[in-house]
Amino acid sequence: MRQRLLVYLPLLAFMVLAGYFLWGLNPDRNPSIVPSVLIDKPVPETSLPALAGLLQPGIEPASFTIGEPVVVNFFASWCIPCRAEHPLIARLAEQEGLTVYGVNYKDKPDAAFAWLEDLGNPYHAVGADGSGRTGIDWGLTGVPETFIIDGEGVIRYRHVGPIDTTILEERILPFVETLR
Amino acid sequence: MIVEIGHFALVLALVAACVQGSVPLVGAQRNRADWMAIGTPSALLQFIFLAVSFACLTYAYVVSDFSVVNVMANSHSQKPLLYKVTGVWGNHEGSMLLWVLILALFGALVALFGGNLPAGLKARVISVQGWIGIAFLAFTLFTSNPFERIFPPPLDGNDLNPLLQDPGLAFHPPMLYVGYVGFSMAFSFAVAALIEGRIDAAWARWVRPWTLVAWVFLTGGIALGSWWAYYELGWGGWWFWDPVENVSFMPWLLGTALLHSAIVVEKREALKIWTVLLAILTFSLSLLGTFIVRSGLLTSVHAFATDPERGVFILIILLITIGGSLALFAIRAPQMRSGGIFAPISREGGLVLNNLLLATATATVFLGTLYPLFVEALDGSRLTVGPPFFDATFVPIMLPLIAACAVGPLLAWKRADLAGALGRLKFAAGAGILVLLATLMFADDGPWLAIPAMGLAAWLFVGAASEWAERVKLFRAPFAETRRRAAHLPRSAYGMTIAHMGLAIVMAGIIGASAWKQEEILVMQNGESIVFAGYDVTFLEMRRIQGPNYVAERASIRVEQDGEQIAVLTPEKRFYPVQGMPTTEAAIHTTWLSDIYIALGDEGETNAGEAGWVVRLYYEPLVPWLWVGSLVMMIGGVVSLSDRRLRVGAPQPKPAKAPSGQAVPAE
Amino acid sequence: MRTLFAALACWLLVVPAALAVQPDEILADPALEERARDLSKELRCVVCQNEAIDTSNAGMARDMRVLLRERLVAGDSDDDVRDFFVARYGDYVLMNPPIKASTYVLWFGPAVVLLLAAAFVWRAARRRKATVTPAAALSSEEQARLDRLLSDRDGT
Repeated sequence: MRQRLLVYLPLLAFMVLAGYFLWGLNPDRNPSIVPSVLIDKPVPETSLPALAGLLQPGIEPASFTIGEPVVVNFFASWCIPCRAEHPLIARLAEQEGLTVYGVNYKDKPDAAFAWLEDLGNPYHAVGADGSGRTGIDWGLTGVPETFIIDGEGVIRYRHVGPIDTTILEERILPFVETLR
Repeated sequence: MIVEIGHFALVLALVAACVQGSVPLVGAQRNRADWMAIGTPSALLQFIFLAVSFACLTYAYVVSDFSVVNVMANSHSQKPLLYKVTGVWGNHEGSMLLWVLILALFGALVALFGGNLPAGLKARVISVQGWIGIAFLAFTLFTSNPFERIFPPPLDGNDLNPLLQDPGLAFHPPMLYVGYVGFSMAFSFAVAALIEGRIDAAWARWVRPWTLVAWVFLTGGIALGSWWAYYELGWGGWWFWDPVENVSFMPWLLGTALLHSAIVVEKREALKIWTVLLAILTFSLSLLGTFIVRSGLLTSVHAFATDPERGVFILIILLITIGGSLALFAIRAPQMRSGGIFAPISREGGLVLNNLLLATATATVFLGTLYPLFVEALDGSRLTVGPPFFDATFVPIMLPLIAACAVGPLLAWKRADLAGALGRLKFAAGAGILVLLATLMFADDGPWLAIPAMGLAAWLFVGAASEWAERVKLFRAPFAETRRRAAHLPRSAYGMTIAHMGLAIVMAGIIGASAWKQEEILVMQNGESIVFAGYDVTFLEMRRIQGPNYVAERASIRVEQDGEQIAVLTPEKRFYPVQGMPTTEAAIHTTWLSDIYIALGDEGETNAGEAGWVVRLYYEPLVPWLWVGSLVMMIGGVVSLSDRRLRVGAPQPKPAKAPSGQAVPAE
Repeated sequence: MRTLFAALACWLLVVPAALAVQPDEILADPALEERARDLSKELRCVVCQNEAIDTSNAGMARDMRVLLRERLVAGDSDDDVRDFFVARYGDYVLMNPPIKASTYVLWFGPAVVLLLAAAFVWRAARRRKATVTPAAALSSEEQARLDRLLSDRDGT
């Protein structure tokens, strides 16, 4: 009798496996996006000088604990998707009234400055991360990446890749609402 | 026009496959000879249609017909002719066409040379091949059609990924596919046997040569792939435990187990249920490989055009073929009791141990490859299972296998004398200890495990040779007697000896490459010399050259030993403007004991701040043995295949006919 | 489309291509450099597909290699360096998965499979020995066929 059950074992194992495969084929799943381990952790110690040429302060640890949510956007002038999401970053800062910091990741300061001149500078502060160290501290896996930090300086959300209108309206804005 | 013919032939192949999958099977169930006889012409027709279809696609590539999307996306008018042809299978759609072509080829081979099979078994085998054909032809036609047109046609194509424009990789896919798809024969035989409800020694004898063909090609395909990685990727690595490599390695491991367990079925009528399961699982792993590589389920360094929709289609195919065959197995297997009694210390006991270890090794690779997916599905967290895991788990399974591999062939069937067998391995033990001591003396660093492992490789090599010497009574009988015995020894025995020796050679290569590799990365200027691994290496000059579809910078680097020039190596850094992609072409000088491997990097600055070139020097001990050993293993397989009694289609004593209907209970 | 952009974003990081470890990264102290190389084979390049930072051409992999050398020079132990990267990227960054509750199946599964299978074979062999009578029921027809097959291969 036991042997009779045993012969069903391969079939059973395969069915379980097929279930995993079906789950894995979910089109919303992107195996190359790794969830951040920094969610619900305090912001990493971050002090960045202001981007050369801008009449703005840099980013200090105190910049993240201002009692209201902060958006941190990693960008670079050499990153094409950053250009695509730029109007939406501007919308976050200008229309939605959020505090948005930019981290200029591994860029030439003059190129970044020209880029912001050209597209407009929506950021309340832009820190220059020329070495990419801050990027690693934040667990960055590419640019653009956008983090949402609550008023106490704790990372609550991360988005990998460029933001589009759908993501902005369906994920980011509702999420910010919950923090306010 | 030609393209449309190809497209139409592909549709006709699907029609032929439908006939092949249904009529002979129904005929076999109803015992109607005329219906069963349809199997042969339909399998041949399917192959002919696919050959026409494949020829048409190849033609479109050769004449650079950019109105075909597939050609446009993967070829370029300036590409060398060889790579125009190999570009046919250098992409998803074309490689699927090759896949079904090879499948149809195997179906046609059974149809042509399966004359010695009982009509019912032959009809069922051909039908099962037909089903697999239907599934993958439909997949190709409906999701991955290589004959789609584009209008207006572009002036030129996008070119093939330059990494694939390489002789090693050009022939890696066809060999791999013959291996993968070849296991479909074992699968079809297993399913046919399950439908019939009987398995006997004759069945095992028919399955073995097909499995052996697949195994030989898969061995070659894997070796070619890692050879390519070795010289093309520019840092001398040849195996990365990447998912795409693992999915080709798993069918190889299980296929190797199948080759061995089929011997037990043939000789002892034991392990039948297990062997049928192995046959199903081996091909299932091949299908799984196709699924994983093409669905984007796992991340891999080997990018293929991945598409979740195609993934769903292949998953449905998997559910039907694997799920269906395993369900059939679950229903039928209990009716097929194996008969053999066996003692643990016997040839069959040894083969069972072989199967246990190979199956565990397969399970390890399987678990490691898919574990990140399991973890992600369960709690959303991500995990990497990389080479350190596989090294830590796979090696401890393989070492006892290698140790036992020398002993097994010396054990007699039924009940053997282990002490006697070990006694006859005294030379092997001596050689092992000798090599161990020699390694201990010469290898001054590297992992300690490499030292006994080298001894083990020598043990296996000499052990395999002693088994042969034992059988021909080398030096123990008059020379004429030895010669007579050697001539009468079946080719399959030679095949085994050669393949086991090949395994020992590969093993030595693996150990050497992973334990004692040396590396030097530095910036060199014209005329600069350094001493590396006992060689004097001089950077002579740098020159810009123009290739057919690339520009390259080529360094000339002289390698000398004791003042004598050994080689002038010319590593290149190429740039392919159409794809905008750089590649490195390493230069290798081999002494067959080791390789000097030089790859060229970017321009750099020396410590003194002067401009030079980044040069990577590798000393790769025993790496050539990897390729030599793989080749020896393949030769072993081919020699075994040429055995009179295993040769496909050779006249054999007809097995006692068991009229179907009045089925003889399989024990 | 979204995934395409994400893919693009990753590729963009790869563009400043340099091949794996560069001469200017190498530490002067050979012992420290050897530790650095071993560690860099254990750390995954987070922007790549399944590659260690040791062999990756990605710019971020280079940053990580340089960073891990700085940590070593500053006196970190190997575990400190691993923890440093795990704190930022999670277990994902380790090529060698840590042994913990969620990986027990991975690490011990193969051994359990082997033991279970061995136990099964052992029992099956013993049971068969006990139950099958020597005169195993072969029909005369089958016996004849078996003899023919076996006689084909003498001496094996």
